[in-house]
Amino acid sequence: MKPIALIEAAVKKPVFGCQMCGQCVLHSTGMTCPMNCPKMLRNGPCGGVRPDGNCEVKPEMRCVWVKAVERAPKTPWADEIHDIRKPVDNRLWGTSSWINHFTKRDKVAPKGWRVEA
Amino acid sequence: MSRLEDAIDAGRFVVTAELLTVNSGGLDAVHERFAPYEEYVDAVNATDNTAAHAHASPLAVAIALKQLGMEPVMQLVCRDRNRLALEAEIAGAALHGIENLCCLTGDDVTAGDEPEARRVFDLDAIQLLVTANAMRNGHYLSGRKIEPAPRLFLGAVENPAAPPVDYRPERALKKVRAGARFLQLQVLFDLAPLESFMAEAVASGLAEQCAILPSICLVRSPSALRFMDERVPGISIPAEVIERCENAADSEAECFEVSCELAEAARRIPGVRGLHLISFRKEAGIARLCNRLNIPTRAERELSGDRSRIVV
Repeated sequence: MKPIALIEAAVKKPVFGCQMCGQCVLHSTGMTCPMNCPKMLRNGPCGGVRPDGNCEVKPEMRCVWVKAVERAPKTPWADEIHDIRKPVDNRLWGTSSWINHFTKRDKVAPKGWRVEA
Repeated sequence: MSRLEDAIDAGRFVVTAELLTVNSGGLDAVHERFAPYEEYVDAVNATDNTAAHAHASPLAVAIALKQLGMEPVMQLVCRDRNRLALEAEIAGAALHGIENLCCLTGDDVTAGDEPEARRVFDLDAIQLLVTANAMRNGHYLSGRKIEPAPRLFLGAVENPAAPPVDYRPERALKKVRAGARFLQLQVLFDLAPLESFMAEAVASGLAEQCAILPSICLVRSPSALRFMDERVPGISIPAEVIERCENAADSEAECFEVSCELAEAARRIPGVRGLHLISFRKEAGIARLCNRLNIPTRAERELSGDRSRIVV
């Protein structure tokens, strides 16, 4: 890992459980990292969420999307939870999302990715 | 245009069913699974490794259904295939004239009998819908052209009862924005979450933008109800329902009664466009339920133009 990625990991892992996907969407998901979902769902909760709001796969963990939906309205980016997020670019794992944000590398979607408004 | 799309476009009441999983036995094994209810359904779902157990693939079963004269809805889950494999399945299905596609996230591998398997989830259900919709518009996710563009009719699922329940209609709307034209809901044994989901779906216009089909499950014993309640992700069954079936003199008949009551109530909820029926046995339960509810056969529905009213 390069120096900036190391610093990013040091800051974001303890706070958000950052997985270093290199394409951070935290602010649009109520500051809850969707990569902590065992299915790594970036567009909302699966249908398997337990009645108590915990994860289908990890019964001891609160569903990250239950948390995201609760927290999103309290952030300045409340509406962004409704965005349809593009698939993960698997080439970016382990790289710094800060750098990818400033270079706009994290905005690069597959050419055929089109979402109607 | 697929028969399902035609029925939905024409506003007719829609009935779909879920084919029991197939492991072997050739076309006969496929036929005997839908033969009892053949005349009632518009289309039959070919499932994709339900509850993370391996079975004959949805594409193979969908082709078999087509060969047997039944219209398939091919399910695809994101658990077992990366985006390349998913696109290949969709292109393969379209090559065989399979148009109806239902896109799901899928139960986790830990719900199945091979929990040591690697989970994939390279796409999520919404991204899969966007991908399938791109193919419908004549290109893969990469942008590479597909000529001629495959005919596809896209659908998805939603679980009105799973937390965060208030967010579920919003998520369903996301699926519609991604290309879904029908929604088969998760099995419900409690009407309250369905009623609030549908009220929101009507208010937000969701119910007009896609055909919402609540799922009704037929079980034969209270122990099957308990099993589903405890073991199947995303399904919870009220204790009163299980107790009612356990305490009945004829518990099998009581289980059937419960399903009939749910189906009857569900189809009366404003905005509901049809029903998705699931039975875990090779028997005539689905046909009996349709008969009991006076649901006309598919041929009768097509002739009469039987419409479900969307009350706004």
